[in-house]
Amino acid sequence: MTEQTTGDLLRMTDAGRVHHAGTPTEVHALRSFSLAVAPGELVAVMGPSGSGKSTVLHLAGGLDVPTSGEVVLDGVSLGGLSVRKRAALRRRAVGYVFQDLNLVPALTAVENVMLPRELDGVPTAAARAEALAALAEVDVADLGDRFPEELSGGQQQRVAIARALVGPRRLVLADEPTGALDSLAGEAVMKVLRARVDAGAAGLLVTHDAQHAAWADRVVRLRDGFVVGTTGEVVHGVGEAPAGVVGGVAGGYR
Amino acid sequence: MSIRHSLLSLLAEGDRHGYQLRQEFEARTGGTWPVNIGQVYTTLGRLCRDGLAEEVGKQDDGSVTYRITPAGKAEVDTWWAGPVARTAPDRDETSIKVALAVSSPGVDVLDVLEAEREETLRALQAYTRAKTRIPDHPTGGELARLLVLDQQIFTAEAQARWLDHCEQRLAATTQGSAR
Ligand SMILES: Nc1ncnc2c1ncn2[C@@H]1O[C@H](COP(=O)(O)OP(=O)(O)OP(=O)(O)O)[C@@H](O)[C@H]1O
Ligand SMILES: [Mg+2]
Repeated sequence: MTEQTTGDLLRMTDAGRVHHAGTPTEVHALRSFSLAVAPGELVAVMGPSGSGKSTVLHLAGGLDVPTSGEVVLDGVSLGGLSVRKRAALRRRAVGYVFQDLNLVPALTAVENVMLPRELDGVPTAAARAEALAALAEVDVADLGDRFPEELSGGQQQRVAIARALVGPRRLVLADEPTGALDSLAGEAVMKVLRARVDAGAAGLLVTHDAQHAAWADRVVRLRDGFVVGTTGEVVHGVGEAPAGVVGGVAGGYR
Repeated sequence: MSIRHSLLSLLAEGDRHGYQLRQEFEARTGGTWPVNIGQVYTTLGRLCRDGLAEEVGKQDDGSVTYRITPAGKAEVDTWWAGPVARTAPDRDETSIKVALAVSSPGVDVLDVLEAEREETLRALQAYTRAKTRIPDHPTGGELARLLVLDQQIFTAEAQARWLDHCEQRLAATTQGSAR
């Protein structure tokens, strides 16, 4: 176990992921990727399809392990953990919005959102109250008793977001959380995510939508598993206003 | 012309002095397009010349009150009812630069695209921050500012998408000969 020496909640150092190594179908999903995310920071990952965005999130959340390099989550190096310990750490610290949502079909919306808290050992009544609050945060409080198949794509997406935000998750990972939402609902989700991060969580967001990426402090762009650029590397909130910004842009989010 | 019709539409709401028109125009468009008082008076002069407005009285301090004419009212109605003509865009430096980069020896078009994307994202971040400072339930001038900011955000987003699209089109066309 490596103890955390910086304030970063997530630190990925030269992380790489090769699938089917040494075979003709070898794929370098991610190459030598380094990124640190501190509490209060939201980082967006952009890039074409297949460029490695979901791979970054899988590694960051301990759903997958790198074939090279290191991932340190909340001060703990994931490489040194057993599968069970890794799962426990993930459940305790990470909220995850999956690209394919992953709602449990046999559970209602509110039960889906309660699930991670009940697994944390929170009593049912308290978990239910927290779940309802999280559903309200993304504007679907009235849909708690419906099953996923009774919800529209955008509504399912919001339930999945509520599940990732419920309880004190310190790292929120979101893979295209606004994909099925119209522009105003997408903006509302970004506001919720931003507020959670401003309240002290660390956030990592995958999106193909520049409008949503612009809510992040930094934007990392990937191509073929490589980082090809990072925007906003300097202290967030500092920077020149582009021509014509209404009302100026002095100051950051807080 | 937008100033002409904008001022005329304000006059349609009631008689105004030139400085009132300027103040009201800026307040109601979110302060995005400042106009100087000279522009306002030049425009009012032309509106009077064209029979769309008229001078009705002068105060002691010399300020003139303007009133819309029936012809002016008809002009405003036509403006609201019809779309603004989508004219051919002004020469866009980014498009020109990208177009030239494709055929310029010694220039990597992917680097050009990346630099443009970076700038577009930076602008988007600044617009987004400006947006977060507008209250959740904006009224009046704040709402106007928000709508105008949204327009700037959607335009920048379209630019970012076009830059991504250029990259993909280039990759499909050159089949990996670049990088
Ligand atoms: N389990 C796997 N086995 C083999 N290859 C994989 C596996 N998972 C991902 N890959 C490959 O790794 C590369 C990166 O995949 P990844 O899912 O990270 O892309 P992405 O950027 O999220 O794409 P999208 O925008 O389409 O979701 C792709 O070429 C993909 O085919
Ligand atoms: Mg993906």
